[in-house]
Amino acid sequence: MKVLHKILFCCLLAGMLLPASGMVAQVVDSAPADSAATGVAGMMAAVRRPAPPVNAGAEDTPSDEGHSINVFWELSADDRPGENLVTGYRILRAESPEGPFRETGFSSAGEKRYTDASTVPGTDFYYRIETQTAGGSSSSPVIGPVRSSAQWFNFNILNLFVVGGIISLFIGYFIASAKRGKILFIRKIAGLEAVDEAIGRATEMGRPILFIPGIQDMDDVQTVAGITILGRIAKTIAEYDSKLFVPTSRSIVMTTARESIKEAYLAAGRPDAYSDDYVQYVTDEQFGYVAAVDGIMVRERPATCFYLGAFFAESLIMAETGHSIEAIQIAGTAMPAQLPFFVAACDYTLIGEELFAASAYLSHEPRQLGSLKGQDVGKMIAMLAILAGVTLLTIGSLFNVGIATTAGEWVRDLFRLNQ
Amino acid sequence: MKREVPLIITAVVGIMYIFQYFVPHEPVSRFSDWFSDWFGIIQAFAIWLGALNLMKLSLLKVARRKKDWMYSLVTIIGFAAIFIVGIFFSRGANFQEPGTRFMFIYDNVYDPLSSTMFALLGFFVASASYRAFRARNKEATMLLLAAFFVMLGRVPVGDMITKEWLQLPHWLWLSNWADWVMNIPNTAGQRAIMIGIALGIMSTSLRIILGIERTFVSGD
Repeated sequence: MKVLHKILFCCLLAGMLLPASGMVAQVVDSAPADSAATGVAGMMAAVRRPAPPVNAGAEDTPSDEGHSINVFWELSADDRPGENLVTGYRILRAESPEGPFRETGFSSAGEKRYTDASTVPGTDFYYRIETQTAGGSSSSPVIGPVRSSAQWFNFNILNLFVVGGIISLFIGYFIASAKRGKILFIRKIAGLEAVDEAIGRATEMGRPILFIPGIQDMDDVQTVAGITILGRIAKTIAEYDSKLFVPTSRSIVMTTARESIKEAYLAAGRPDAYSDDYVQYVTDEQFGYVAAVDGIMVRERPATCFYLGAFFAESLIMAETGHSIEAIQIAGTAMPAQLPFFVAACDYTLIGEELFAASAYLSHEPRQLGSLKGQDVGKMIAMLAILAGVTLLTIGSLFNVGIATTAGEWVRDLFRLNQ
Repeated sequence: MKREVPLIITAVVGIMYIFQYFVPHEPVSRFSDWFSDWFGIIQAFAIWLGALNLMKLSLLKVARRKKDWMYSLVTIIGFAAIFIVGIFFSRGANFQEPGTRFMFIYDNVYDPLSSTMFALLGFFVASASYRAFRARNKEATMLLLAAFFVMLGRVPVGDMITKEWLQLPHWLWLSNWADWVMNIPNTAGQRAIMIGIALGIMSTSLRIILGIERTFVSGD
């Protein structure tokens, strides 16, 4: 009850004070900055004119397409917990030093930067930054001219360029090595070793094989990976003369899947066995698609189900339905949140990178296998970098060694996506 | 030629996409937007292919009285009903506005059906967890224990047991155990998977751009 009384008292007090402070603010706002200590304003420091921001400046945003300027400043002397509360900083912009200055943005109290993302490349701009309080505002001197321009390289992601370039070179090197005939060792992936067995089982049981290439479109690399695996699997299915069924949730995926299967049947020497009806469009709607796929599973009772692509909440619904009809299930996705569901409900799961390796793995083609070897070298680089970074930062932190901390941070920044 | 031209287009577009990621200058920085727009246009036309395919197969199934043809009949009726209502009885181009007949069907038929399908997940999570958390071997037992601590640590009764009843020290509270499992081993595992995925995407993209991976292109 005491707390309630205190709150009510504060509300009442605030209700009484706020209109009064508003009146005082209007009076003080029109007064010169150095006369803040006069009259009512002098008694109520909370409404005196604030100190302006200092050391204000502006510069073209580096490594961008030329449509932004970074404005920066040091905080106003009043921007701290105390009597004269700064509400924020108003950023004003003009195309000449005389004005007219118009508001282009606002930064909250305590912030020292603002990015004006509405500039025109090649045009001179002038800025002023105003400290805002309930009692009024005060402005920095005019900053400028500043001109934004586009750059030809984004140096903020130079690290990605370097690391990506090195890994790509390794991939290229191993592809070339494999092409020259070098034998490469690739570890066995249980889920892919089971593909032939799963297709054979369906053939023996005289039941169809269901392939789900995820629910995303062809602009998702997981769908592309799923479709390339479908091509490999379809060749075996053609050889075994099994029945394939591919319901899709995107029309473009339907078209691409047909092309892929047609090519596989051709490669298997059985173009006559191919039918467009193997691939059917269902709907773009997520749960409408799941309902249709579940219906197909329950009615057709496929002996083998493949789920290879991008999946969301529907992953477990489909995998559990597949389990209920006692199908062999092989899943693979690069959606980390769905992996546990597939692991729990399916017989085999391709985890993340294995989905992308699957097509190359199943092809047994040296050049494709070479790319997998390059991928492994990339993993080794990442592991070494993690080990080095963790060791350096731990030494730096435990023994207060500055150079180890700096080196550790450098390693960390080398792999940072958002600089 | 039917095979080479798509491969060349794929390679050129792939290289342009990589290029635009590192070059912020126009027109290179616009490549991504252009491709997205083109993809959207192709997608809009392709949806008709999909719809026609669905109708063709469903109509054939009904006409030939194939097995389970009644489901196809439901599909045809549903498709026709929403199509006719959407085109002719739902304020034309503003058919998605609240209060139209199209939106009435969407809100009162599609949405509840969709939610019903989603709700099935609750039951499937239970059945999948039951199988996954059986202590069959050492790994499954560890999974069971981790799941036990995380689940109990995420509900108030977990802390009530360790904090209120047993009055254990702070670091032994179940919520702290759950946080530790989620923040340390789980995050480390997730990051390892993410690194592998990034490398896999890079490798797959290179195979496609270089034309080594070509199963998605038909040759005839």
